[in-house]
Amino acid sequence: MTPAAAFVAPVIEWAYLVPVLVILGAGVVGVLVEAFVPDRARRVVQVVLALAALAGALTSIVLLWPDVLAQNGVRVLGGALVVDPFGLAVQGIVVVLALLATLVIADRTSTKQDAFAPTAAAVPGSAYEDLARRRGLEQTEVFPLVLFAVGGMMIFPATGDLLTMFVALEVLSLPLYVLTALARRRRLLSQEASFKYFLLGAFASAIFIFGVALVYGFAGSVRLADVRGALLEGGGLDGMTGLVLLGLVMVLTGLLFKVGAAPFHSWTPDVYQGAPTPVTGFMAACTKAAAFGALLRVLYVVGQALPADLQEKLVIALWVVAILTMIVGTVIGVIQTDMKRLLAYSSIAHAGFLVVALVGFGELSGFGVRALLFYLLAYGLATVGAFAVVTLVRERAPQPVVVPAEAELATVGAVSGAGTGGSAGPSSTSPDGGVVLGEATHLTEWAGLGKRSPWLAGAFALFLLSMAGIPLTAGFIAKFTAFQSAVAVGAWPLALIGVLASAVAVFFYVRVIVLMFFTPSPRAAAEGTSEAPSDAAEVAGPDLGTTGGTAGPGSAVAALASRVTVVRSEGFTTIAITICVIGVILLGVLPSSVLDLAFEAAKFRP
Amino acid sequence: MPTVTLLPALAHLVPASLPTQEIVPASTVVPGPFLLAPLLILLPLLGAAILLLAGRRSDRWGAWYGVLMSGGAFVVALVVFFSMLGLPADERVVDHRLFDWIAAGGLDVGVGLRIDPLSMTFVLLVTFVGTLIHVYAVAYMEHDTDKRRFFAYLNLFVAAMLVLVLADSYLVLFVGWEGVGLASYLLIGFWNYERANAVAAKKAFIMNRVGDLGLIVALMLMFAGFGAVDFATVFADAPEAGTALLTAIALALLVAACGKSAQFPLQAWLGDAMAGPTPVSALIHAATMVTAGVYLVVRSAPIFDGAPTAQLVVVLVGAVTLLFGAIVGCAKDDIKKVLAASTMSQIGYMMLAAGLGPIGYAFAIFHLVTHGFFKAGMFLGAGSVMHGMDDGVDMRRFGALSRYMKVTWITFGLGWLAILGIPPFSGFWSKDKIIEAAFVPIDGQEWRAWVFGGVALLGAGITAFYMSRLFFMTFHGHKRWNDGSGSPTGPLSTDGPVQHPHESPVLMTAPMIVLAVGSVALGGLLAIGNVFVDWLSPVTGHAEHAEPVLPVWSLITLTLVLVLLGVLLAWRQFAVSRVPIVPPHGSVLTRAARKDLYQDQVNEAVFMRPGQYLTRSLVYGDRQMVDGGWMGLAGLVGATGEKLRGMQNGFVRSYAATMLAGLIVIVAVVLAVTTGTGS
Repeated sequence: MTPAAAFVAPVIEWAYLVPVLVILGAGVVGVLVEAFVPDRARRVVQVVLALAALAGALTSIVLLWPDVLAQNGVRVLGGALVVDPFGLAVQGIVVVLALLATLVIADRTSTKQDAFAPTAAAVPGSAYEDLARRRGLEQTEVFPLVLFAVGGMMIFPATGDLLTMFVALEVLSLPLYVLTALARRRRLLSQEASFKYFLLGAFASAIFIFGVALVYGFAGSVRLADVRGALLEGGGLDGMTGLVLLGLVMVLTGLLFKVGAAPFHSWTPDVYQGAPTPVTGFMAACTKAAAFGALLRVLYVVGQALPADLQEKLVIALWVVAILTMIVGTVIGVIQTDMKRLLAYSSIAHAGFLVVALVGFGELSGFGVRALLFYLLAYGLATVGAFAVVTLVRERAPQPVVVPAEAELATVGAVSGAGTGGSAGPSSTSPDGGVVLGEATHLTEWAGLGKRSPWLAGAFALFLLSMAGIPLTAGFIAKFTAFQSAVAVGAWPLALIGVLASAVAVFFYVRVIVLMFFTPSPRAAAEGTSEAPSDAAEVAGPDLGTTGGTAGPGSAVAALASRVTVVRSEGFTTIAITICVIGVILLGVLPSSVLDLAFEAAKFRP
Repeated sequence: MPTVTLLPALAHLVPASLPTQEIVPASTVVPGPFLLAPLLILLPLLGAAILLLAGRRSDRWGAWYGVLMSGGAFVVALVVFFSMLGLPADERVVDHRLFDWIAAGGLDVGVGLRIDPLSMTFVLLVTFVGTLIHVYAVAYMEHDTDKRRFFAYLNLFVAAMLVLVLADSYLVLFVGWEGVGLASYLLIGFWNYERANAVAAKKAFIMNRVGDLGLIVALMLMFAGFGAVDFATVFADAPEAGTALLTAIALALLVAACGKSAQFPLQAWLGDAMAGPTPVSALIHAATMVTAGVYLVVRSAPIFDGAPTAQLVVVLVGAVTLLFGAIVGCAKDDIKKVLAASTMSQIGYMMLAAGLGPIGYAFAIFHLVTHGFFKAGMFLGAGSVMHGMDDGVDMRRFGALSRYMKVTWITFGLGWLAILGIPPFSGFWSKDKIIEAAFVPIDGQEWRAWVFGGVALLGAGITAFYMSRLFFMTFHGHKRWNDGSGSPTGPLSTDGPVQHPHESPVLMTAPMIVLAVGSVALGGLLAIGNVFVDWLSPVTGHAEHAEPVLPVWSLITLTLVLVLLGVLLAWRQFAVSRVPIVPPHGSVLTRAARKDLYQDQVNEAVFMRPGQYLTRSLVYGDRQMVDGGWMGLAGLVGATGEKLRGMQNGFVRSYAATMLAGLIVIVAVVLAVTTGTGS
């Protein structure tokens, strides 16, 4: 029994916790909202709460910035959290991207249906699910889940010890597993993706925690500063430097899993494809930012203190990962036919480019950090924007959900008459006789989009060009600074491979642009073909044909291509896309102020 | 002749050289009214932008809106002009920096306007003549369905031309230079549904590109030599620079000038450019754009002054073109092509004068201004004739039109007298000074005086012949068109459609009348008291007094005698005797002149065909090697992707295995390196 006098309450610098507390607090309130706010008002409250929390967190980060910069970082909660310029900068990026992604998540589009299952607990295809859909149920828990994930992502790059980092990793991962399973359509695919993500995530977590144990074995502490101290003093256990190296490799493996770097990337395409598209955008942008933040912190605080020969080995491990990731991302990306998978491989390739910016962690120049921060912002804007566009491009069934057999002929006749006006963006009870379905993710369905929705296709093209790294977009500056920082530490072969991989990647980005703007839409050609009976199954919601991630839409797609429509946003997505467009252009044309800011942020407090 | 005795007195009023002032360096203090100057460019630019963006919606008001924008620019020009008149001569050169454009390393280029007497002369000419031609075009293009687009392009041209003349650096000038080239291209090919017009536009564009390359090279040389491309720095440093550098820059600039001003050997496009609507020919291919080359040479005076060799080449180019254009003009039957040849020849005069150095600069610009008026007037007259003659251009099917279109006849006649150089019409005052200046020996080299003076003199005679030929064939002599009467006493020709020649509407004749007034009076007004030369002296600088090799009065007499001979010859041949409708076979020279002295054939044989072979072989190489290699690489990437795709099989167990294998590989790599460096 501990005497009460022995307990000393820790001094907590509450002010520096405000951004994280706002988000997590709002998440808790969100859970209460689910329980106590009446059905009708729940959605509005949740959206307002989530957006307000994110905006509040952003504001508090901006307000904290000068102080943190002046103090060169503050240790909070007895060193468990480190709010230093770098950590705060990553938090800022995460919150900005999360804000944009939440706008997309909140958008129900003109169909008045959000991207999430009416009730996630229902068995896909069951009568219960059907009932829930017809009752118009909504799963507004999405918003607190997003907030919890964001909270975890904000703690992740600002942790002072490996255990807190592990907790943050789980806090951000668990909501994402759930969110992934929530897709309204193709629910089996979604649930399969979620389960895969969960299993592999658990596996990666295990590797991570194993690595933590090894590091502890060396330094006798999980505190990053202590590990660093032990290394610098040549302390720790004698002859155990191999232990810390192995431990670090395993910790990094856990983190590289989260960023989707090869060979730990396998989950990425399947999960990105299966998750509800707004969630895909959210996790592609924010998770990557948070995980790279944590990765960089480990490398800068601990990796930098390694003896030169060990450091060299760690660099070589990073080289291997960078090269593998860039090659896998671009080479497999080239042959993708599904938009979401294509963007997933693109995201893998970007992880490779980001790792390239990491290899200079041994130098204290800060160029690598600047490149990384800028890259994360540039990539995140383009990614959230691109997935936001994907949410608006939909397939359209030519007839109502349940059509009596005798009525079918009449409907078909009506459709072929009115079908040409589809670009106007029909609502769910579409004026041209169709019902809006899920996203039209097969590439062929994007043909001719530029003709029908020039603004949307133009924005998408801009995001793709930015991802490809074409000058005057944010992506160019990002890649340039990343490769520059690699060349600065003599890793020019990496930069060379990066440039070559970018060149190959241009192929699949430009292919989509060509498809959108220079390939005639198959709509006209396919308009007259008879309606395939398989549509009814598609309409019902679940994609029963899903067996694995690679199972792309089959030959029925060709017929579906004729029935692609663009739904109108409620406004949220439009705002998000607009901000992303402006951001991508501004960062590409006038990058210097943001680069300077990122350079200032290149300060760590161990 | 009474004029002969009168002339020495007149000549006495205008001494060959007067300005005693040095070139004034540009001040960066911008007087208040000059702040309006950006409007000069913005107004027509806005006009073009709105007309192009508004599309068909602006069809109804587009034409007059275009006129308004051009007219607005003219009003602004007047304001700036009068405020400049209020300044003492040594404060009239102003650089008005607007904003920084390119700041990269050692190169720092701002966008700014050089407002000085030279640029204002051009601004006034461009906006005034431009506005008149806009008005004319309202009627001329009345029935064209794309009238609005036409005015958009015209406005675009005016804006680009003003950028060109107002630029304060060669780079900004280059922007205007390309802009007028674009506008010219768009307007020559305005009726591009006819293949010939599209081809003519392309030809003009490509030949201009050759010239533009000269300007680009000049820009590079300037940057290499001076580290700057703005007028102020380049001109300040030019006197100290080596002759070789200056000569190189000057020759590159000359190439540019030749392209834009249709000077030998880049002159072939101008005749074809007549495919554009006649107002375009009047504005762009007579009065303004084609004189940009002369502007460039005069503007670059400090560079040319340091490069005597380049100056000699300029004079040579001018002299050759002068004769070339005159000879071609004698043989053409297309009224617009004769005028085009004449333009070429007259710009040859200007070039010749500009190449003479300080004694010639002011006269080059003087002739440019008077020529702008009378040539634009004659082009509009030609347009008026075409308007009345069912768009016919063949002078052999005109004749005796003076009875049917009195206003056109008189205004055209005044322009004709002006280009002939009959005193006291405008052309006399300007052209005669050029001939006189050409007879001044340079550096004591008398042969130059005799050769170039002789060419200029001869050119005046030939000009008189072919311009009179044009005038008489069109307005006098016998009817050679079908008037529908069918009577044997009627016209020579009863084939072809029946013509009803008539005077053009007042919207067309009014600009012609204004320009005719300018053709009559402008030269005299600007010459008396040496007003114009003094006005330009802050830019062109001071010229030593120099005596021609022949007395001035005898030169004037000689010129007039030659001119009158030319007129008489033309009168006898084309007004008194009958002009055959089918062109006679003609002499070797005539046939060659009809074909532009085989210029096109030479170009095609020397440049076009080898160029085509080169591009074809390059395309072949590109297809086979570059594309082949690229496609091979793409195939490789695709195949690798297909292989790797197999790993993405959807089974979570194999994903986990991949991760584990990956971890093991990485750890193995790390350990392998350990043994590698450790042992």
